[in-house]
Amino acid sequence: MSRELLMGNHAIAAGAIRAGIGVVTGYPGTPSSEILETVVKRSPGGIYAEWSVNEKVALEVAAGAAYAGVRSMVTMKQVGLNVASDPLMSLAYIGVKGGMVVVVADDPGPISSQTEQDTRTFAAYAKLPVFDPASPEEAYQMIQDAFELSERLSTPVLFRPTTRVCHGYAPIEVEERTVSPAEGVFERGPGWVIFPRLSYANHGMIEERLPRLGEELSTYRYNVVAGPGPRGIATGGVSEVYVREALVILGVDCRLFKVGTPHPFPAAAAREFLDGLDEVLVIEELDPVIERELLMLAGEDRLAVTIHGKRSGHIQRAGENTVESVVAAIAVFLGVPAPVVSVCSGAPQPPARPPVLCAGCPHRASFYAVKRAMRGKKAVFSGDIGCYTLGNAAPLEMVDTCLCMGAGVTIAQGLERAEPDATHFAFIGDSTFFHTGIPGVVNAVYNGTDIVLVVLDNSTTAMTGHQTHPGLGRTVQGEVAVKVAIAPVLEALGVSHIETCDPMQLAGAEAAVRRAVDAGGVSAVIFESPCIAVTTPGPMYEVDPDLCTNCQVCVQRLGCPAIVLADDAVRIDTSLCYGCSICAQVCPTGAIGVAQ
Amino acid sequence: MSAEACDLIFCGVGGQGVVLAAKLVSRAALDAGLSVRTAETIGMAQRGGSVVSHVRIGPSAHSPLIPHGTADAIIAFEPGEAVRCLPYLAPGRGTVVVGRRAMPPVTAALARLEYDGSKMLGYLRECGERVIVVDGDAVCEACGSSKVLNTALLGAAAEAGVLGFSADDLERVIRRSLAERFVEMNVKALALGAGYTRGDLR
Repeated sequence: MSRELLMGNHAIAAGAIRAGIGVVTGYPGTPSSEILETVVKRSPGGIYAEWSVNEKVALEVAAGAAYAGVRSMVTMKQVGLNVASDPLMSLAYIGVKGGMVVVVADDPGPISSQTEQDTRTFAAYAKLPVFDPASPEEAYQMIQDAFELSERLSTPVLFRPTTRVCHGYAPIEVEERTVSPAEGVFERGPGWVIFPRLSYANHGMIEERLPRLGEELSTYRYNVVAGPGPRGIATGGVSEVYVREALVILGVDCRLFKVGTPHPFPAAAAREFLDGLDEVLVIEELDPVIERELLMLAGEDRLAVTIHGKRSGHIQRAGENTVESVVAAIAVFLGVPAPVVSVCSGAPQPPARPPVLCAGCPHRASFYAVKRAMRGKKAVFSGDIGCYTLGNAAPLEMVDTCLCMGAGVTIAQGLERAEPDATHFAFIGDSTFFHTGIPGVVNAVYNGTDIVLVVLDNSTTAMTGHQTHPGLGRTVQGEVAVKVAIAPVLEALGVSHIETCDPMQLAGAEAAVRRAVDAGGVSAVIFESPCIAVTTPGPMYEVDPDLCTNCQVCVQRLGCPAIVLADDAVRIDTSLCYGCSICAQVCPTGAIGVAQ
Repeated sequence: MSAEACDLIFCGVGGQGVVLAAKLVSRAALDAGLSVRTAETIGMAQRGGSVVSHVRIGPSAHSPLIPHGTADAIIAFEPGEAVRCLPYLAPGRGTVVVGRRAMPPVTAALARLEYDGSKMLGYLRECGERVIVVDGDAVCEACGSSKVLNTALLGAAAEAGVLGFSADDLERVIRRSLAERFVEMNVKALALGAGYTRGDLR
């Protein structure tokens, strides 16, 4: 046993290893990505890990292993569960043999996500148990409980940490692995094939099981009722620690109900909490899950209790809670004064810092080349999920739409059908291409919808922390793999015109885009240039003040963070410059060159 | 502030080494047998955005996020980010350790605006808190690396007594956690940073 400072995601991995997982799969997505990587790093042996091409595939691979009795884990972010929802909904009916935990990280805020969807609500919809840890320490223990429950009931179990749990660090006593990964044996039987009659029978079984499980979980160590009435606070997830902190700050006490398993709801524990209370405040993030359950119970039991929360406007409906927001809400609820934090007046406004493409990022060159090629022409630029979504920002302004993984390719097709006199571009990254991009390309070819596909191949899954993908020729376990090359895939799909080029050579890149547009049909340009995080910098560039006319074309066209204004002159910040040379290529006076 | 309990905000711009600095301090605290809890920004916000790490040392911290008005110190890699995080500082008893050079965002250059860090530093000083300004550029030049601002700030903070442990504790962690080729430059930056607190360097 050793005491280590672990991130919540590390703790989940360490707990899963201790619980004896034999297979872990996933697709990267903030805030979940470190879980799978940590399993690989900490594995004592006998654990197979893979980055799958997408979440649906990951969940199915993990389910297959669990069919054979091996404990398996699959990791993703909340929007990944949308992709994996088809197998998950059916797997809830079929069940598993080895324990299987589906870890879905939610992102209140949202800090790095498209939606603020709540996996606790998804759990209720899928009729699956869900664990909701409040801290990294709890996550370490709970994930082990989740495997135990899953295997005992032969059902997949959801595990839902949120960003502040995933990315918070805490000291954790990590224990040795107690259960070794099982030897897999698949036993044939009628239970593995989903037919309507089986679905009907299993649906009934699940509906009977859930309330019983809710009763059983009422005594679970992470569903806790404590403290005096007549007022009470119900909470769960990371909001619980904000509540504890707030009660200390306010110097007050009241009855607390901490919910560690929001579904099935621990009704007996909830009844104990509600007993004798006049008023309740429910503090949770995203959906009013606990709030709705308590309202339902209060109605069923005809209790004279008022329940405040999101529905009553006492707690914000969107965004993440903070200690400050919780302190304010509890102060109003309990009728005590909230502390006033005074900050001295007259603060100057610090500059806004929207996220931007890094200095040296090849996406900047790719977007710029397409922009130049389409000057004065009618075009729409559909984007996708990845660092390149940042191409939306000024001055590039080259991402007109972004919806979800793989949607750029297909939204462009709908736009083309609606507005055929414009050229419709679809930008997609290499990892996203493999994730859900390929079916969209097949659709365009099959239905004869003209689009220009621009693959931004930077040889990594950059935004989420540089994970491997099928195009790289290596796996997360560090093994050499077959490299799935994008150009031959497009060729096999019937894309009529395919050109691969280096976006860092701007003139050539611009010409390649023009040829792709002229080709018509479904055409593609693959821009190949590695992410600066996976390559070494080139020679730095500098501005020659004698040649610079201060026209600021470099600043206004590229928006590179390394190009700064100082004393009304353009300067290149050597601590940021990556030597990509794009600024030298756009400078009309030849004032930018390699630093001497 | 007691040596046993201490709330620290680390802030700066993505890529400056904010997360690493917070990690070094957390490790040092753990080595000293103290409880630590942290929260950090990872993902989209790292791409040139504001980055804030919360480090809470001591057993009484529940939340990974530090409540406003309670931080013992702000260790800011950049003047504007120090101002942005000032609401976290405990009024009247906090310390701000701040890197002098302003990091202009791309949006400032696009709007043809020069972003003036000295205005930010002036405000911090006017607020009456203890402010220690570290000339990161000078330290980086002396150490031969553009990447040692974080350890210079830590050196200044340790010397100011706001970390709950000494520069020697930090040096041990640096020697243990960094790749060998980075160790000496960072140890040197630690010592130079301390000079700004003592007032030997300005």
